[in-house]
Amino acid sequence: MSDLRDLYQELILDHNKRPRNFKALPDANRTAEGYNPLCGDKVKIFLRLEDGLVQDVSFQGSGCAISKASASVMTESLKGKTVAEVESLFKRFRDLVMGKEAESDDLGKLVVFSGVCAYPTRVKCATLAWHALFAALQGKDNAVSTE
Amino acid sequence: MKASRELQSAPPDRAASAHLDVERIRRDFPILRQRVHGHPLVYLDNAATTQKPQCVIDAVTHYYSADNANVHRGLHQLSERATEAYEGSREKIRRFINAGDAREIIFVRGATEGINLVAESYGRRNVGPGDEILITAMEHHSNIVPWQMLCEEKGARLRVAPIDDAGDLMIDAFERLLGAKTKLVALPHVSNALGTVNPVGRLVEMAHRRNIPVLIDGAQAAPHLKIDVREIDCDFYTFSSHKVFGPTGVGALYGKASLLEKMPPYQGGGDMILSVTFEKTVYNALPYKFEAGTPHIAGAVGFGAALDYLERIGIGAITAYEDELLAYATAKVAAIDGVRIIGTAKEKAGVISFVMDSAHAHDVGTILDQEGVAIRTGHHCAMPIMERFGVPATARASLAFYNTPAEIDALVRAIHKVREVFV
Repeated sequence: MSDLRDLYQELILDHNKRPRNFKALPDANRTAEGYNPLCGDKVKIFLRLEDGLVQDVSFQGSGCAISKASASVMTESLKGKTVAEVESLFKRFRDLVMGKEAESDDLGKLVVFSGVCAYPTRVKCATLAWHALFAALQGKDNAVSTE
Repeated sequence: MKASRELQSAPPDRAASAHLDVERIRRDFPILRQRVHGHPLVYLDNAATTQKPQCVIDAVTHYYSADNANVHRGLHQLSERATEAYEGSREKIRRFINAGDAREIIFVRGATEGINLVAESYGRRNVGPGDEILITAMEHHSNIVPWQMLCEEKGARLRVAPIDDAGDLMIDAFERLLGAKTKLVALPHVSNALGTVNPVGRLVEMAHRRNIPVLIDGAQAAPHLKIDVREIDCDFYTFSSHKVFGPTGVGALYGKASLLEKMPPYQGGGDMILSVTFEKTVYNALPYKFEAGTPHIAGAVGFGAALDYLERIGIGAITAYEDELLAYATAKVAAIDGVRIIGTAKEKAGVISFVMDSAHAHDVGTILDQEGVAIRTGHHCAMPIMERFGVPATARASLAFYNTPAEIDALVRAIHKVREVFV
């Protein structure tokens, strides 16, 4: 059970049950969808980007606890950040969930996903929302897929 | 199959299961003797692929150790032995599905290729603009996409017979969809995602009354049920070796000789010809006309060994045992709070698909794996079924005759673990 609690930490279960920023954003100027065909997880990211800063971000969709919580925590972590900061954050987040980097202090709440690295099949769940976010940042209209 | 609805709460009793010595059978499967994450492996992903008994592994090893050569070519001793083993497997397949003639058995890579062969060869010759192909709402993607491709190429229309909330085919609606434009019916014997057993004999009869040929995707039926293609009277029947305890990469397509003879080859190459000049090629006779290139000989040999193994145990005994086990599992899983079974057809084989209120199927799969319980989660290559039932994914436990009531109890304990995590 202790192993499972490393993956399903309280904060993840909480964000799964009560996802934050789980809504459409009427004044979004960028949107993109992400899809994981392996498990059917879908996420749509709404982004308001102004002057190179993330002014607001939200998401909708359905998926497993890891993908939903990851999207939720991500939206909380991005507001006010520059595009370069978002990119850097994602790189460190991806390294964390792939087990390439020890937990670093500046990841904030995102460190709760450190347990994912023990479950390689779940890495895509944790990164789905981020891939969709980058599609939105790059202004891609097409849905991104994890495959 | 009748037992699946009579929910039992006690484990199948010894007397009723006496015809199958499961503990002894389990010793035939070396892979089952292992622990996963510290727990004994409970393999309940048999609808995805089945495990292999030692006799199948030995048959493949023996073939490569002693008999390996190309088939239908050499005059030497090894080629004779390889050809004998390969053609011997064809005869075993014929017997297994009670076809009338081994010429009606074509080796393919699996059920997917069997369906593609019929779509490419029979379909392209017999389906034209405005024609219709009828399938059902419970297909695996492999019995949807080849027909979509054919319809797109020919300007034909794919029609879909609906299923009800239990996952049973709506027979009246199916019959109404059979019309003058219908050129082929393709349907599963058993649904991979729901476990529904279709009344294939009756459905074939309905189609034949209108002179429409029927292909049956038997991938999920072959491991569980006695198959008699002459009794069903289907025109084509296909199934995969790896789902009947044989190697991957090989399967069989049965077709009535009268149809196969009129069909053009599927692929060109060696072995499917009688003579070749640059001006003209004369195709080989059945079944070789459809078997271009060097086949998966070792796979076919293992396939035959797997069918021998099933016959030794007895398909009737397997069906009876699995019915009891499915009824036991259905009652146990359905009794868990917050669990809903998807697919409650009157007749089922081998499959329990379920969703949980508190946890997504993917989370269920991860937690079950930590308990040593292997199931499939996701859309099971049947996305239209997921849409029909309004779920993004299900968790699917699928049975084989080597599974035990104790393993069902382990599944149930693991599902309770999911409930503990996702309170």
